[in-house]
Amino acid sequence: MSATALATPPAPASVPLTKKVLVADHPTWCPGCGDFAVLASFYRVLEKLQYPHEKIVTFAGIGCSSRFPYFVNTHGGHFIHGRSLPFAAGISLGGDDLHVFVFGGDGDGFSIGGNHLVHTARKNVNLTYVIMDNSVYGLTKKQTSPTSPIGFKSKTDPWGAFDQPINPMRTLLNSGATFVARSHATQVNHMTEMMLRAARHDGFSVVEILSECVEFYEGAFDSSIPRKGGKWTLIEEKKNDGTPEDANRHDVTDEVAAFQLSQQAWPGSFGVFYENKTRLTKNALEADLIKKTREKTKHATDLQVLQNTFARLR
Amino acid sequence: MVSPNTPETPGGASSASGQSSVALAKVDVPRSIHDVVIRLAGNSQDGIQSIGGFLARLAGRSDQDIMTYMTIPSTISGGPSIFQVRMGTGEILSAGDRADMLVAFYQHSYDAHISSLRPGGVLVYDSDHVKPAEGDNRFTHVAVPITTGTVEAVGGTSKDKGKNIYVLGLIARVFDLDVAKLSALIKERFGGKDESIVRNSMLAFDAGYAWPQNNLRDLFYRFEAIDRATITSGRPQVTMDGNMAIAYGLLAGGVRHGAGYPITPWSSIMETLRVELPKYGGLFVQCEDEIAAISTAIGFSYTGHLAITGSAGPGLSLKMEALGWATMAEMPLIVVNVQRGGPSTGMPTNVEQSDLMQAIYGSHGDTPRVVLTPKNVEDCFYIAIEATRIAREYSTPVLILTDMALASRIEVFDEPDLPKLMVEPKADLSDRGTDYKPYPLDRITHHAPAGSKILSGKYPTVTGLEHDEMGHPTGSPKLHMQMTAKRREKIKALGASLPAPEHTGDTAGEVLLVTWGSNWGPGREAIGRIRAAGVKGGHLHIRHIHPLPSGLEEIFKRYHKIVVAELNDEGLYGFGQFAMMLRARYANPAIESVCKTDGLTFKVSELVAGVARHIESKELEATLGTARQSALAKA
Ligand SMILES: Cc1ncc(C[n+]2csc(CCOP(=O)(O)OP(=O)(O)O)c2C)c(N)n1
Ligand code: SF4
Ligand SMILES: [Mg+2]
Repeated sequence: MSATALATPPAPASVPLTKKVLVADHPTWCPGCGDFAVLASFYRVLEKLQYPHEKIVTFAGIGCSSRFPYFVNTHGGHFIHGRSLPFAAGISLGGDDLHVFVFGGDGDGFSIGGNHLVHTARKNVNLTYVIMDNSVYGLTKKQTSPTSPIGFKSKTDPWGAFDQPINPMRTLLNSGATFVARSHATQVNHMTEMMLRAARHDGFSVVEILSECVEFYEGAFDSSIPRKGGKWTLIEEKKNDGTPEDANRHDVTDEVAAFQLSQQAWPGSFGVFYENKTRLTKNALEADLIKKTREKTKHATDLQVLQNTFARLR
Repeated sequence: MVSPNTPETPGGASSASGQSSVALAKVDVPRSIHDVVIRLAGNSQDGIQSIGGFLARLAGRSDQDIMTYMTIPSTISGGPSIFQVRMGTGEILSAGDRADMLVAFYQHSYDAHISSLRPGGVLVYDSDHVKPAEGDNRFTHVAVPITTGTVEAVGGTSKDKGKNIYVLGLIARVFDLDVAKLSALIKERFGGKDESIVRNSMLAFDAGYAWPQNNLRDLFYRFEAIDRATITSGRPQVTMDGNMAIAYGLLAGGVRHGAGYPITPWSSIMETLRVELPKYGGLFVQCEDEIAAISTAIGFSYTGHLAITGSAGPGLSLKMEALGWATMAEMPLIVVNVQRGGPSTGMPTNVEQSDLMQAIYGSHGDTPRVVLTPKNVEDCFYIAIEATRIAREYSTPVLILTDMALASRIEVFDEPDLPKLMVEPKADLSDRGTDYKPYPLDRITHHAPAGSKILSGKYPTVTGLEHDEMGHPTGSPKLHMQMTAKRREKIKALGASLPAPEHTGDTAGEVLLVTWGSNWGPGREAIGRIRAAGVKGGHLHIRHIHPLPSGLEEIFKRYHKIVVAELNDEGLYGFGQFAMMLRARYANPAIESVCKTDGLTFKVSELVAGVARHIESKELEATLGTARQSALAKA
């Protein structure tokens, strides 16, 4: 912290952001739904970050998971199905000092919103996106989702789904997201850490969280839950400590290595797949465009700019 | 009044050619005319459009004579291209039904457009390329060696480049235009480029100017003089198309954020805003599609910055779900829709007014919303400002329903009083008191944008679910009824506050001609002709199309027939979209329709004929086909 900052400390937030301040409506999810744990972790993330309360925005699309913002006492809301990312891009670009969090399901994000995901990622809009993947359409009661595995029996595929599911990590990496991580709703500490790192990332950060729908796809993620006999494999990140073990650790800045991780057999690994700290955000690029343009106009007032334009149209 | 343009000095004192063909013109006296319609037909690479550009700018800069003007743009690039200009004294209301003068650059131009020339009109053709039909004595034939004239004048390797400027010179002489000002415009236009371009242009101009003087001395007109002070604000005039006027209106109205996806004829608005907004510290985002565009725009509005999105018909359809959300969540937003021929890709470069129902009623659920329609290019500017005021005041989406004709035609109008009109945009991030509710039942919603402190500590949710006053979702039938009424009543309140629409002509009588959008000009002209034929008639023009202003019922009662003219189909029940709405709203069986879907703006004669179909008037029928659009017809 600089000396001047020490001399004039920022006014302390009137109320520290505790879970008590952050809880809003009582969650309406089914008992046992994985989404409760995601919510609990998110409170912890906000408690750790201590952003000014009014600068936090929690938004979502439509789905069970997208009910999330009603349960968090911050500015926020609930947009239409699949379009929360372009909406949130407007929030992020319109209020550069805001901390924008977007929540949604696998259908919301990878199906109806799939194209928006690609484009928000490639533009590197500064916001954090949490996909609560239950591999099913929960709210609409058990239809096949874009992440439902082959063989999953849903109301739209009673004989077992046969369309190839998408690979979320590969899709996210391919889109150009600059922070890509994967977590699990049964691992609260891990989830919290992933969301925290995502929030601190400058750019489009996304965390995919496997979050079980106990109502329509029970046991979907047992294969990665140790107490149910599954395997929990954490990504070991490179420490650059010169040790021989380090050579085998994952370099989060290595895109090719990230793609290789995404190709692992189900249930795969959990942790940070990719992190790019060098690519500029759209927020920064647009701000730079404004700055340079304003320099060219010699910081003319809005009225002067418009008057000059009209003078050229005489 | 003496025109500063004297024939003695073709090309002006600064003429690069130094050529002068004096004496002759001294004895010539121009005939006075009110206005003229000139159609130029050639290929798009001939730069025909730029002749129009120069004439428009000249009109804007003329002190003595006002020349307003409109164009029919070309639809094909690289191929045949036409450009029509109507210029003259006073108010020019339409592009003119038929041309008084046709300039044909090629045989195909002649073949395709000779039918647009009125009998008695002047055909100017490039004798190097065109052979007009022999023995056709309907028109005055004027053979001009445009190509060789240009090549000889410019010389060198430029071939026939500059034909457009040659023709501009010719027109300048025939209509006694202000040569000094035109020369200045040419220099401004080409000034930044190679000096030889300015010189060659001036050579071509002078050659074109000299030709009629030496060969065609009786083809010499001057626009009637007018006391400019009586009709203008005293501010200089500006020249632009309707899309530019909307973009600048939005900037004046304090819009600093927007998002869009390209589609003809909306694209030029987004292009202008993308380039202009950074100068104002704002930004415009090109999105992956129209849905993303409206979503991003609403996101901007959510942060307290009233934002704009826009499109043409098909893109507006894509925006409908999000528009429903904006109505439910009560978010201010501007949506521009530039109508073109539909459905689907339809006739993407032709005009139509077939998106009215979509604009008002498109989307799911009960979505009362505001729709405004500009009447001409100037109005595009002012309506954009009005839209920003309404969107903010009523926290609602506002649609500006313009069309292809307005989007691309150029008009001249008084420069707006910018210091007075300019809106300083500022997101209201002030602290909200402990009683703050996003959706109060007894007041119009005004959101606390993200970033504003809520002193109660209870932060608001904005949502597309039906909600209570705090924005919490509710399934309560009572609340849904109350909130539906809240959303409806605020739009009704706006309706009650609207000014009376423009009503001209006879205040009671045989027929009321009703127009909306860009049909204003032809409508005004048509009612003039109808009344000149001895029929008592009025013209009512609606800009605020939803909600409607009050008082229409009483106006309608005073006429035997109410004829609604619009550029869309008569539909299954024989009425255009607006006529249908008016019939439903006022249950008045006297409301009739005049519709057409040929992709072109209304000709005045079509409106007169349309009205004649609905009223029994021998006088009116007698005038059909004989009415003359301009004074030149009599000259
Ligand atoms: C335009 C539109 N289409 C369809 C729906 C219905 N719908 C609501 S949520 C949903 C899918 C939810 O699945 P997901 O995104 O995976 O969320 P989950 O409920 O599983 O958390 C669908 C199809 C809708 N609300 N809007
Ligand atoms: S249906 Fe499934 S996803 Fe939805 S709340 Fe219930 S358990 Fe959770
Ligand atoms: Mg799901």
